[in-house]
Parts: sequence; C-alpha cells; structure tokens
Amino acid sequence: MSPTIAAERGEPHPALVLVVEDEAQILRFLRAALTSHGFRYVEATSGEEGLRQAATRAPDVIVLDLGLPDLDGLEVTRRLREWSTVPIVVLSARGQERDKITALDAGADDYVTKPFAVGELMARLRVALRRAFRQGEDPGGEALEVGNLRIDRTRRLVFRDGEEVRLTPIEYKLLVTLAQYPGRVLTHGQLLREVWGPGHVQQTHYLRVYMAQLRHKLERDPARPRYFVTEPGVGYRLREE
Amino acid sequence: MRQRDPKRDPEALLAQLRQAQARESQGKLKIFFGAAAGVGKTYAMLVEAHERKRAGADVVAGVVETHGRAETAALLEGLETVPLHEVEYRGTVLREFGLDAALARRPGLLLLDELAHTNAPGSRHAKRWQDVEELLIAGIDVYTTLNVQHVESLWDAVAEITGVHVRETVPDSIIDRADEIEIVDLPVDDLLQRLREGKVYIAPQIESAIQNFFRKDNLIALRELALRRTAERVDAQMEPYRRMHERHRATAGGRLLVCIGKPATAPKLVRAARRMAASLRVPWTALYVERPGRSQGSPKDEEYISDVLSFAEELGADTAILSGLRISDEILAYARERNASRIVVGKPSRPRWKEMLFGSLANSLIRESQDIDVYVIRGDVGEERESPKAGPEPSPQGRAYGRAIATVAVCSAVAWLMRPYFELSNLIMVYLLGVIVVAVGSGRGPAIVASVLSVAAFDFFFVPPFLTFAVSDTQYLVTFAVMLAAALVLSTMASRLREQTRGARDRERRAAALYKLSRDLADRQDVDELLGRAVETVEDIFASRAVILVPDANARVGVRAGDASLLGPGGHDHGVAQWVFDRGEWAGLGTHTLPGAQALFIPLKGSHGAAGVLGIRPANVRTLLRPDQFALLETCASQTALALERAELAAQAERSRVQIEAERLRNTLLSSVSHDLRTPLAAITGATSSLLEEGGALAPETRRELVESIGEEAARLNRLVGNLLDMSRLESGALKVQKEWHSLEEVIGAALERLGSRLDGRSVDVRLPDGLGLVPLDDVLIQQVVYNLVENALKYTPAGSPIEVRADSAPGEVWVEVADRGPGLPPGEEQRVFEKFYRLREANRPGGIGLGLTIARGIVEAHGGTMTAGNRPEGGAWFRFSLPVPGEPPRLEPEPGEAGADATGGAGVADHRG
Repeated sequence: MSPTIAAERGEPHPALVLVVEDEAQILRFLRAALTSHGFRYVEATSGEEGLRQAATRAPDVIVLDLGLPDLDGLEVTRRLREWSTVPIVVLSARGQERDKITALDAGADDYVTKPFAVGELMARLRVALRRAFRQGEDPGGEALEVGNLRIDRTRRLVFRDGEEVRLTPIEYKLLVTLAQYPGRVLTHGQLLREVWGPGHVQQTHYLRVYMAQLRHKLERDPARPRYFVTEPGVGYRLREE
Repeated sequence: MRQRDPKRDPEALLAQLRQAQARESQGKLKIFFGAAAGVGKTYAMLVEAHERKRAGADVVAGVVETHGRAETAALLEGLETVPLHEVEYRGTVLREFGLDAALARRPGLLLLDELAHTNAPGSRHAKRWQDVEELLIAGIDVYTTLNVQHVESLWDAVAEITGVHVRETVPDSIIDRADEIEIVDLPVDDLLQRLREGKVYIAPQIESAIQNFFRKDNLIALRELALRRTAERVDAQMEPYRRMHERHRATAGGRLLVCIGKPATAPKLVRAARRMAASLRVPWTALYVERPGRSQGSPKDEEYISDVLSFAEELGADTAILSGLRISDEILAYARERNASRIVVGKPSRPRWKEMLFGSLANSLIRESQDIDVYVIRGDVGEERESPKAGPEPSPQGRAYGRAIATVAVCSAVAWLMRPYFELSNLIMVYLLGVIVVAVGSGRGPAIVASVLSVAAFDFFFVPPFLTFAVSDTQYLVTFAVMLAAALVLSTMASRLREQTRGARDRERRAAALYKLSRDLADRQDVDELLGRAVETVEDIFASRAVILVPDANARVGVRAGDASLLGPGGHDHGVAQWVFDRGEWAGLGTHTLPGAQALFIPLKGSHGAAGVLGIRPANVRTLLRPDQFALLETCASQTALALERAELAAQAERSRVQIEAERLRNTLLSSVSHDLRTPLAAITGATSSLLEEGGALAPETRRELVESIGEEAARLNRLVGNLLDMSRLESGALKVQKEWHSLEEVIGAALERLGSRLDGRSVDVRLPDGLGLVPLDDVLIQQVVYNLVENALKYTPAGSPIEVRADSAPGEVWVEVADRGPGLPPGEEQRVFEKFYRLREANRPGGIGLGLTIARGIVEAHGGTMTAGNRPEGGAWFRFSLPVPGEPPRLEPEPGEAGADATGGAGVADHRG
C-alpha cells in the first residue's frame, strides 16, 4: 500500500504529515520513518507552532503529542477543529485512557499509545487519510466489506463467508456504524450516540451486551475477536485485515 | 514508723530545687502590704514603678486606683496603660482589667492595684488574684497592693477586732508565693490625721460602717496583725534555708490534722489550724470523715464540706476525705499513718444529754489518742458567713419523719384490734416491729422519733387509765423504760445496718463504674471509638452530657467526640476548653475560673501533660463537685487520658513499623530495579555500539539479530516501567477503581489482544459458560490482571505448552482462572508468589521484577475480590481471582420490534427493510 493518495485521487502527490511533538528523539525517528515510507514531512515542537503550521502548510494529516510544553494537546485539537477537518492522530501514554477519550470526543480521529512500533502508526495514518479522502461522499449505496464480512446496505443484509447472518436492528446499526470507519477507534460515547441516540450516552452496558451478541454471531472465536477489537477504557475498533 | 528527717530529705531538696526552677521562668510578684486603706500603698507602688522604669524596665499600668488624689494621679503620668476590658452585665457595661490585652502586650512589669478585687461576672477569673497568677505564669512581673483585712487566714481575727466582715479575701497561698512583700506602714496617729484631712478614699455607701473601722484601737490592732503576718512570712521564707544550713535543729514535730465536722464551725477551725501550723512550721491536713451512706441524706452539708476543704487547700493544707463508721478510729488511724502529732477538733456544741447518749468526738479522741496531742478549739460566734441555711422546703428527711409518725399510727391501729385477744406485752412487740421498719426504711432520726412516739402511744391507748398519758400503776414506768431502750437500741442497730449497706452499695457503684470505664477503654486502638466510649461512660456515671476535645498539630483543641453543643452557642466556650488545655487546670461551670461557661472543663492529664479536654454538663453542678464525685470524675479523666495516650502510642508504633517496612521495601526495590533496569540497558547499549562501530563488517543476519535484541530489550524495559508505575499507583492509593458492567469475555479478549505476538506458538484455550452475564469491574484494570496472569504463565512455562483461561459464576461472585502446564509452584509457597519482588529461585530466571502478580492481587483486592494460587493435580499451576457481583446487572430495554418469542436476539433485519 502506498502512503500517497495519488492512487485514490488520481494525482501523484505524496501526503504531507505535520508532526507536533516536543521530544527531539521521537521527532528524529518519526522523521526517518515517515520519509522512508514516502510521506512529506513537516514538524512543530510546540502547540502554537503546530497551529501556525497547520494553517500555513495545510497538512493532509497531523500527528499530535498530547503532552506539549505550552498548550495542552487537547486544546490544540479543539482549536484545530474550529476551522479544520484535517485528520488528527494523537500520541499518548498508557494509563491516560481519559485523555484519549477526551481527545477523540474533541475531534481527534485516532490514537497511538507510546511506545509504539512504526508499523502501527503507519496503519493509523493510512486509515485517517482514507477517511479524509472519503469525506463528503455518501457510502450509503455501497456494500461494505471487511475481511470475510459483507454488508449489503441497500438490502440491509449481513453475510459471513457468503452466508447470511440474521441481526437485530440495533446489532445491524452498530455493525454499520463501526464498518463506516474501518480501522478507526470509536469511543463508547460516539457509538452510543450514533446507535441509541444522544439520550443513552451513559448506558455503556447496552453497548457491551450488543457487542457481545455481534461477536457471537460474526466472530469465529468471540473470546479472541478478529474484527471487533476492544480498546479497554476507550471504545471499539473494527479491524481490517 | 518515723518520717524521714526533713532537713536531710533528698526529695525535699529536689522539690525545692524544682520549685526554684519553676519560679525562675515565672514573673516576680511584689505585694505592697498595709494595715488599712490610706497608708499609701498605691503611692509607694507607683514611686517604685517609676524607679524601675528609670532603670530601664518596661513598666505598664494595668489598673491603678488613684481615687482622685492629685499626687497619686500625677505619678501615673508617663506610664503606659493597658486598655480596660469591657464586660456587659445585666445591661450595664463594667470596665475591668484587660487581662488578655496585658498578656498580649507582655510588659516586663505590670502594676495591678487591689489584689483582693472581685472581677465583674463574665470575666475570665472570678478574682483579681487569679489574674495575677496567670500573669506570673506568663512570665510578667507584677506589683500589687493589699490590706491586711483581706488576708484569708486573718479574716476572723479582723472580724473579731473590728466587727466588720470583709467580703473580699485573698488566699494565703498567693501571699506566700510573693517574691517580695513590702509593708507600707504609717503610724496610727498620722493615718487618723490623713483621714480627718479627707486624704483617705472611702466609698460613700460604707461611710457609716467605716466610722467604726477607723478607730484608733482597731487600727493599732490591724497594724500589729499586718506586721505579724509579714514577720511570719519572713520566718517561713527562712525555713528552707534553716533546713539546709542548720543540720542539728530539733524539729517542731509531725503533721497537724484538723478534723472538719459540723459545718457551722468548719471555717473557723481551718483558720485556727492554719495559724497553728504556720507558727509551728509544720505541714497540715484538713480531714473530713464521712459516714458511709450518710452522704445521700444531706447534699447541702456535703457541698459545704467540699467548699471548706477547698478553702483549706487555698490556705495551704492537704486535704483528705475518709470513710468509716467510727470517726475517731478513722482519724487516729490516719494520724498514725501520716505521722501526725497534733489533732485539732472543734469543741462539742451539742447539749450535754446528747453527748452522754451518743458520746462526743473530742472525748473519744482525747481518750484514745495516746501520744498525739489533741487541741479542742471553740467553735462559735460570728460565723454566719456563707453558712448554709436549712431550706424551708420539706426535704426527703421531712417525709421520712412523716412516714415514721404514720407507721406508729398504723401500729396503734393494729394493736387496738389485737387488744381483746392478746396480752399487753405482745402489743409492745407490734410497736417494736414498727420501729425496726422505720429504722431500716428511713434511718436513725425517724426511728428515734418512732421509738418515743411508740412509747407515748402505748401509754395513751393501752395503759390504764386509757386515753390519757397518766399512769395508774408505777410498774408500767419500768415497761416504758425497757420499751424505749429496746426501741432505741433496735433503731440504732437497724439504721447502722442500713447505712453500711448503702455505703457498700455506693462504693461498689463507683468501683463498678471505674472498672467499666477502664475495661471499655482497655483494648481500643481506634481513637474515635475510644473517645466515644469514654463520653458514653462519663455521661452514664454522672447523668450528664459530655464532650471530649483533643488538640491538633498546632495544639488547638477541637471536638472529637460527644456533644459539641456543650461549647455553647456557636462554640462560644471553645476558648475555655483551650484555656483548660493550655493550663492543665479545671475551669468553667462550677469553678472560680470562667464560671459563666456552659460546661465544666477538665484537662485529660496523661503522663506527658494534657492529652485533651473533657467537658461535662451535669443536670446539677453541685452534685458533681461533691468530694466523692469530684474524685471519681478526676479518675475518669485520667483513665481516659491514659487510654488516649496509649492509643496514640500504638498508632505511633504502627506508623514507625509501616515506615520501617516501607524502608525495607524501598531498599529491595532499589536493588531489584537497578539490576532489572540495567540488564536490558546493557544489552541495548552493547547492540547499538556494535552496530555503530562495526556495522559494515557484520554479516546481515548478525545485524538483524542485534536489532531484534534491541527491540526485545526495549519492550522488556517498557513492561518493567509499566509495572513499577502500576505498583506505585496501587500503593499510593492513586489507583481509582471505576466499576461499570462489563463482559468478562471482552476483558479477557482485550488482554490476549494486548499480548499479541507474544502468544505465538502457544495454544490459549478460553472457556466461558454461555450464560455468563455482565460483571461490575474496571475494564482497564481487570484486563491488566488477566494480562499479568497470562504473562506470568508465559514466563514460567516451557515454550509451546498450553495455557487455559476459564471463568464461571458462583452465587454473588464470578471467578477467572489462568492455568498452565508448567513446573507448578514450590509447595508451601502458593501465597508467597503474590509478595512483592517474589521470584522463583531458579537458575534460568526470566526477565521480570516480581511485581506482576502483586499488582494483579492489588487490583483484585481493590475491587473487593480475592486472589489465590495453587498447583493442579495433573501438573502445572493455577491462579484464580474472584470478583463480587452484588445484585443484578441493569436491565436492557427490549429492542423495538424484537418479539418476545425470539429472546436470543435472532430477529431478522429483513423484516425492517425499507
């Protein structure tokens, strides 16, 4: 897979990544990794500088560290979202689940937990870029495919390995919501709002029950799921192969 | 036994030394002492104050009465004055000496006129001399003035000389405590001259009374008294030095005892004893012997006795209360025990016949005292002061006499009915029975009345001629005499029996109360619980409300147990409690200090000073201040203080034990961490330096191996740091369990997901029953528990061996088990594996710091669950944790359109198309 969006957009134009991070060592290895993966690269070492760069350089995706010296990474996310829909992937440490959720709810697209392998970051960047590309289109008419799952959205049917699986309306809605953002983490709040409506954001046990039902219907081994991945304390992600 | 020779007594010397040291830090007191008003005490005080000021002392005037005399007022000029304190009392504002202002100002020397002054109600102390004591303790020197008629021990002497009963007196203890007494003397003629010239201030309202006072003979006598009192004090001051220096001086003899009996004569006896003791230079003790059981009968007398005893203490006596049936025996036993050589008692004031009948204390003392001298002192005249007047209300006593009369009436009626059938001698028996009933029920007095009445009634109704008191046959006189004697003896015996039982019951009640308190407090370590029990017990014993205040780190007391409303509205009396804590003295309701408070405050004195303050508000303050209650309360307070101290010591020991444990752990952690951190760092450093220095020369597969080892070691470091962080979060209490209803399957799945490629080559068998519902848990933390358990299995079992994860529900809980096929746990160490830094002592030690299982158990316990481990019979180890499941998970609203017939959730979406 290529990091350029040329294949999808039809222009030979490598994606521009803005990295907002204050640790020199992290910048050093990100610079090496991103350029070797074919990205164009620009960096900022503070929140303010990051906001400036985002405005002037119009990056295709932003990698944002949550712990910045001047501005809180969450604050940077909020300010960016006031005027931009550029995908944001947040870097955070383990144990900061609350921060992750806040960042995602504030408009970040995904997160990577430090320390991380380059491969993981690249996968997240690709998912984020794809969302940016798809934006504005209505995927409603399409059939969504994830691994051996196929969702026929016009007929509202779900197939596993070509066999139809019968789902309840809520299970179906949950599946479609996840499948609309394949590879991307969705917080509990986002899923509850989307599937059950804004009045049910606190009822996380709904989500747990239906997610278990989905796994039992669509996963081969529900205890070691292949598609419906749990991000403890944060939410769920529909994993692409 | 002989007392040790006081002049060579090391303890006495030590006490003297201590006293001197204590004095050193306190302020110095100088009293300007005069025979009467107008001799120029205030003037002399001011003159000396100015001299001190010129010498550089920081002199401030507290209260100086100039009485409008110009030369005195002039002397006041140039002296700083402490602002007066305003006290509101019944609508008028009274100005009093500003004690707090003076304490805050802390002058080197404070002038405070009229030591005998009584403060306005609402001031901190009732008397000015108490203000002076506080100033001295605060280290402030005080100059004050005093007239001889205000000296407590001379009160009756002055009253006898002048006929004037002075109301304001100063205890001798403060005069003896003075560092210097300057007698301001003016010849009597000069004083009378000044009086005629109008130079002596006399309050207008007492002008007529004072006319008698300022008679020449009076003034001469007062002057003599003043000079004698001063001389006596000088003598007393000399005494310690004599003891030190004159080694062969004969001692004046042992202690002097004064026995307080009849209330009316008690104060006079005490004063006389003090004068005697002072002139003999011997210590003295005021003694009261209570008859067991009698105490209940006359609370007023008791109250009075306690007043007299504290009065004796003010005059410098020790006091003691004894209990016994025969007063003289108790007194003599005490005298021998304390090596007393003199006993002072009051002259009997009872009629002679009573004395013949019941004997007198003085007589029995004189007869049995052997080598002890007995002084019998006149106790009469002019003692109307403060002497308790019998209340007009019919007391319980009155009712008892009424019952006695009624009993005799009933006996007469019964005897009247029996008369036709029985002989006269049998009718007498009926009366005697009545006397016994009265004696047992109501005590001695009513029984005597019943005895006399019985004889009279017998005579009146049954002895011919009937219905007269006349007697026809003189033989009956013998009958009467025998009947009266028998009745009296019976009544005395029976009432004494009653008193003994009552006394025993009383003592038992006190002992039981104390026993209960000490037992209740004995093994309580929790301070709040302990104080709660103490409050309950005190409330119980004294039928009162109680509160306990304990100090914080800044020695400010605060309510810790009991009824905070005892501090008055808005905690008004908090200051009183603080004062009691700071000074270690009683104050508040019923005392002389801050008597306006809502409650009586007592310091809880432990072995290291006050440990807190006990506040108590009884239904009746006076009953609380009765000598026996007083002692009991003091014992309760000290019991509580000791228990409090013990609990605090235990807490301290526990804290230091925890500290030592923490220290030991820190050391283990340091050595362990430094080793475990350095190992991967060394590997990473080695690999990177090889790559940098010899990169070109290395074979491609070698380079790849080095890079892989860098990656692995870095991951190991990451896990290590993660564990250390978890551990510190767990131990610091920063770990917050946020329980939500979760599916265990999902949590286990997430943990396996996180282990990722480390599970490659292993079969992980997860088996969960179908109906396993949601469980309240913190998903992030329990996921970490499963992660740690599986990781532990990975570390300690051979590569490729299977791992099983099981879960199931039991009533009220669920459990999760991780089992392996490895070598198992060393027998007997199944629980030790959860200890911090525990590692199997094996040669091929896998990487790890020995925290994973500890963290897992910590998290489970924070959930209220338990963690156990053991070996499987077929080989391998198991680790199992259980989590409590209180109640049912929240219900889900049924899905709209989902028919009840298909509860497993299989309704096809096809039905909802379009």
